[in-house]
Amino acid sequence: MRVVEVVRQPVRANGAVNTPQAVEVEQLGPTAPPEWQDRLEGHVLAPLRRTSWRYAAWVGFLLTVIGWAVFAYGRQLHYGLIVAGVRDRISWGLYIISFVFFIGISHAGTLLSAILRAVKARWQLSITRMAEFITVVALMVGALFPFIDMGRPDRILNLLFFGRWQSPLLWDVMAIGTYLTGSTIYLYLPLIPDFARCRDRLAATAPRWKRTFFELAALGWRGTPGQRHALESAITIMMCVIIPVAVSVHTVVSWIFAMSLREPLNSTVFGPFFVAGAIYSGIAAIVLLMAVLRKLLHLEEYITRTQFVSLGYLLAAFSLIMLYFNLAEYITTGYKMSGQEPFHFRQLMLGPLAWLFWFYMLGGIALPGLIVLYKRTRTVAGITVAAVLVLLAMWVERYLIVVGGLRVPLMPYTPATYSPTWTEWSILAGALALFALIISVFAKLFPMVSLWEVIERRGPEPAGTETAGKQPAGAHS
Amino acid sequence: MAIDLRRCDGCQSVNKAPQCTAACIEAHYVPKPMEWIQVYEAELSGGGTQFLPTPCQQCQNPPCTNVCPVGATFSTPEGPVLIDQERCIGCRFCMEACPYDRRFFNWGNPPQPAQTQASKYDIERQTPAIRGTVMKCDFCMDLLSAGRRPHCAEGCPNGAIYFGDLEEDVATNGNEVVSLSTLLNQGTSYRLKEDLGTQPRVFYIPGHGELVGRNPLTSGRKATEWPWQDLLSGSADWSRDEPGGSW
Repeated sequence: MRVVEVVRQPVRANGAVNTPQAVEVEQLGPTAPPEWQDRLEGHVLAPLRRTSWRYAAWVGFLLTVIGWAVFAYGRQLHYGLIVAGVRDRISWGLYIISFVFFIGISHAGTLLSAILRAVKARWQLSITRMAEFITVVALMVGALFPFIDMGRPDRILNLLFFGRWQSPLLWDVMAIGTYLTGSTIYLYLPLIPDFARCRDRLAATAPRWKRTFFELAALGWRGTPGQRHALESAITIMMCVIIPVAVSVHTVVSWIFAMSLREPLNSTVFGPFFVAGAIYSGIAAIVLLMAVLRKLLHLEEYITRTQFVSLGYLLAAFSLIMLYFNLAEYITTGYKMSGQEPFHFRQLMLGPLAWLFWFYMLGGIALPGLIVLYKRTRTVAGITVAAVLVLLAMWVERYLIVVGGLRVPLMPYTPATYSPTWTEWSILAGALALFALIISVFAKLFPMVSLWEVIERRGPEPAGTETAGKQPAGAHS
Repeated sequence: MAIDLRRCDGCQSVNKAPQCTAACIEAHYVPKPMEWIQVYEAELSGGGTQFLPTPCQQCQNPPCTNVCPVGATFSTPEGPVLIDQERCIGCRFCMEACPYDRRFFNWGNPPQPAQTQASKYDIERQTPAIRGTVMKCDFCMDLLSAGRRPHCAEGCPNGAIYFGDLEEDVATNGNEVVSLSTLLNQGTSYRLKEDLGTQPRVFYIPGHGELVGRNPLTSGRKATEWPWQDLLSGSADWSRDEPGGSW
């Protein structure tokens, strides 16, 4: 890890002049060798220059999956929600579970980008763009689910005409709307200098529409001290605004459940519990995405073991926080075993949900933490595996909350069953494909690494941190 | 509403499905498998069972109306909680919020006779049922304004269901007119899940059908039927508690 950062003028900082104002803004940074800068730029901008047949095949595959999901949804529109596995007693299922899951993942961007930016960390600069991007895409995809789950999607405008702010559902609409707007701005701001770089570097090769796009998106960025100051201020303001908004989003998502009088859901710990779970799965999402993009875009030199291990430690820390929240939740209710709690404990730990519960606790909380803490598995591959486990387990956790919570009988009747139908699975698959598609499409329209920030504030990764160590022969993507 | 459980034998004596449910289903064309008033059989702590007719509790502090995002379900000035199925967006938040399992969803095309489906929408009768919306017991608002009791109360062969007015302190089961407070006090009445603070308008007088000669150890009742099922063709069929069905 870099210990001291020397005050020095960056070698190529978009022609920035060292004025007192600019120094105050941020001119700390290591000297980046020009050949390294060229290499970085070459790798990062490669996907914007060329498109291979593999990319076309991948997009085709995603469109097929999405098409299938659209067909499944069309059937649901035609026959009603009866084609899903939800019924009166367990009336929310895969759609609401996936809604909570995607909104949880969206916390990747805020945590990495805003919180780490606020504490002036530097190691994350090569992955902030991806993190901020996950936030926006996960919100866009996640926000679809409540509408897919609606019995009368044709009356969606009733939310505008008759919306009651007393309903936690409206809180969600407002919080997610604010978060999506804010995080889109927060994604766009640090993109401006990179759009300008694309405008300047890709002018010769890019088609006309792309040149126009870069020209417009760069907003006339020239890197003047005034522009840099304005950009830094804007980023700082958004950084401060976005953190509480992100916390509010997952808190009100949890209140959809915690505002009910059902025994396992009626819990004061749900707000912070959901926020922690969201950040936990958000970190895992960014680990997975950076592992994939690092391979595909040949970014091994810039996203090294340093980034994986740092995120791995965060993941381990949050696995402990999750363990703590689970204890806080289950010890306080399990000690007293009041009301229907014995039923809930039995269904979670011994009953029909037990295999999911123990996968979540052991495979999703204990194991990922151990993988990171055990030195021999603290590798890029090991941490990626831990991240995949966390993502699966956090989806399962929402299953346990929604299905387990609604399954506890309210009256003297036999507990209900729920099993998702192919329609629900297809729509979930379509949502994941849509998530991947949006990322794939935008990977062609803007750099997936924040070039100017890495060049000015991070520089080459310290030696000895590379794992793969091989130089990419050429970028295909 | 006050339900005297001492008089409820789950219609074992008449050897029929519970007649309160049957009357409700027949009058409202309640789509199968909904039972707006459902007769649960609950275990007694001392052994044996009791029958527990459960309509919507018409809470004074209704958790369902609190969470509705569009105000489609609301308390009327008279008390009962109604649903506007022409405004409901089908989010099912109210079903999650109701602690009594008294809300029902039209998962597919509601199984109702074609005539009912073709009629003009009436919010007080909840006809016709509309796919993708929530339904429940409405205390038969249309009968109340005509001076009658709800269908379930009129249908009960044992006079177990009293209906009246808390403020005027009067209630009747069709056979006798009583002082509601006296009725509720003599049997130390209770309300379901009173500790939740929902303040139901349905009161129960504890019992297991002893006033109509039921032995609490005789368990079981006839299953509910939806008598016009043969009038239907090609409408959806689903269960309340497990996936599947036909559509």
